[in-house]
Amino acid sequence: MRYVQEFRDRATAQGLAVAIERIAGRPANLMEVCGTHTVSIFRHGIRDLLPPPVSLLSGPGCPVCVTTNADIDKAIALAQQPGLILATFGDMMKVPGSYQSLQEAKADGCDVRVVYSPRDAVRLAAAHPERPLVFFGVGFETTAPTIAASILEAESLGLDNFFAFSVHKLVPPAMRALLESGEVRIDGFICPGHVSVVIGSQPYEFIAREYGVPCVITGFEPLDVLQGIEMLLRQIAGGRAEVEIQYSRGVRPEGNPLALAAMYRVFQEADAGWRGLGSIPASGLKLRPAYARFDAEVAFAVRPPPTKEHKGCICGEILRGVKTPPECPIFGTACTPESPVGPCMVSAEGTCAGWYQYGPR
Amino acid sequence: MAKTAKILLAHGSGGRLSHDLVAKEFLPPWANAILGQLNDSAVFSLSRDGSGPRLAFTTDSYVVKPLFFKGGDIGRLAVCGTVNDLAMVGAEPLYLSASFVIEEGLPLSTMRAVVRSMREAAAEAGVRIVTGDTKVVEGGAADELFVNTAGLGVVPPGVEIGGGQAQVGDAVILSGSIGDHGIAVLSQREGLEFESPVASDVAPLNRLVAAMLATSPNVHVLRDPTRGGLATTLNEIAGQSGVAVHIEEGKIPLKEGVWAACEMLGFDPLHVANEGKLVAMVAPQDAQAVLAAMRAMRYGEDAAIIGEVAAEPTGKVLMKTNVGGTRIVHMLVGEMLPRIC
Repeated sequence: MRYVQEFRDRATAQGLAVAIERIAGRPANLMEVCGTHTVSIFRHGIRDLLPPPVSLLSGPGCPVCVTTNADIDKAIALAQQPGLILATFGDMMKVPGSYQSLQEAKADGCDVRVVYSPRDAVRLAAAHPERPLVFFGVGFETTAPTIAASILEAESLGLDNFFAFSVHKLVPPAMRALLESGEVRIDGFICPGHVSVVIGSQPYEFIAREYGVPCVITGFEPLDVLQGIEMLLRQIAGGRAEVEIQYSRGVRPEGNPLALAAMYRVFQEADAGWRGLGSIPASGLKLRPAYARFDAEVAFAVRPPPTKEHKGCICGEILRGVKTPPECPIFGTACTPESPVGPCMVSAEGTCAGWYQYGPR
Repeated sequence: MAKTAKILLAHGSGGRLSHDLVAKEFLPPWANAILGQLNDSAVFSLSRDGSGPRLAFTTDSYVVKPLFFKGGDIGRLAVCGTVNDLAMVGAEPLYLSASFVIEEGLPLSTMRAVVRSMREAAAEAGVRIVTGDTKVVEGGAADELFVNTAGLGVVPPGVEIGGGQAQVGDAVILSGSIGDHGIAVLSQREGLEFESPVASDVAPLNRLVAAMLATSPNVHVLRDPTRGGLATTLNEIAGQSGVAVHIEEGKIPLKEGVWAACEMLGFDPLHVANEGKLVAMVAPQDAQAVLAAMRAMRYGEDAAIIGEVAAEPTGKVLMKTNVGGTRIVHMLVGEMLPRIC
């Protein structure tokens, strides 16, 4: 595991902390839009290294967290179809929908399976040709190409029982929605590293150009995060707004053309509902008409009951960076990782779970 | 909430739910002063007035899956775990019981291998297995083999070791690298197999403890950080003693293979189980001597001082991270992986 320890060197970190201290002027709100950053910041005690003018806010960076109750309810309604197998990633099992979670639906008799990769779902479908298999696909641009690849694989295998329920989301449109709302002052974005490996730096350009907000695509090790913060503060101090790449060992400006090609071969942009942010234009990925026969929403006309929101839960405000978890009345009391009320407490990369595991409580 | 009123696997994680289960379900109905000690073993005297020699008594059940893993097996675990629980109150372990719940169909060769392993571990620890029991259940009612051991030991006069004895200023000594057992078992778990050079650290620690106690009368706390890992153990001690524990990430011994597996799986090594490690709180003036005594022993070669006991913030564990930040270290929350011991 080279290329990890090097990015946790204390002397270098202290040097960066000193540089940050020197350059930090007026108060700066920096938002990380990736759950992996949220966790890294907590785990390595990075807030402790920052001078008071610098505040870190967590944004809508956890795909599990931004999935709406309506989409979870729909997944459960799909799982309730006779004979159907619903496959999904482990974190989705515990997310409470309006009435229950997939884990509880499973306890009630639905066939819900956890897979580590969408390709495992394709294998499951091939092993059960007589039963429909729906893969509940959740994730950002990082995950979507792998789901696209699994649909292409199902196509080449000639499977007619493999379907995808895609609630994939795109990160840049959510960043625009946050800026448009003007609810929180954002002085800089710590842009997601993994997402940017796929999409490159170009999709963030509008943020710098139209909103004058600096962006730095940042890696996940503590030195990456510190350097990303230092680069943002340098832009702010110099009155610049650009998209820079700190995570240059993983990200090229053009992204990963192969992954993007697979993703856009199968999917097209569509409006999508986000928890806390509402419907955002062209922020989701739905299957193209050419792949409609793999679309679970086309194949199964399910009608889940009307959605309900969780009482007392402020996940929406947390996802917008308006509030922090300790400001939630049920944080750490009615809502804990053992019995989560909101999705931000479910996912290991959720903001509430991060605060609960590593922060004061 | 009705839906949570069931035992979850997380209740067995050694983390917060396990803690709550004991505190809410077992302690109130059975309340007595000995049970209330909440140490690895109960310590009591056989005479009514409390005078005379003190005994240490403990029991533990073992349900590890798979039964055989790199570095050990359920038999070695069952002997070492109970020996260590006795050693953690400063007792000299003497006698063990062994009970088996066996699923029908278990190959006799498996049973024999476990029994042989228990004999070897008992010989290494210097204890005798003096009583036992077997039950066989129908296929599906147990998974291959569950083992229970209970242990009895003698606490030497003057030894007062327990989770409530930590004092401000004490050095926190860890006997070696963390997470070896958890990662070794995990890497061989069905459906999760990955290549890992890590072997379980399962070992009897009573000789290590004897060497420490012979060096200093000021060993205040001994604990073996099993389920829930070092983080959970330090939190328990901080809570029981009403102190804070300050540790440094960079001083905690961690094997490359454990570190890499934790990075890959998203685990915090502080939460990963150990079966042959102990953490001690020792008066600062004796810390170096105790450390040297530990390093001279087979199971303490990599011992290190990883921090100190402080007054504030009471009941909390703080860690200076490798990059120089500070964070709170909480108990393990939820289940990490069931049946690792």
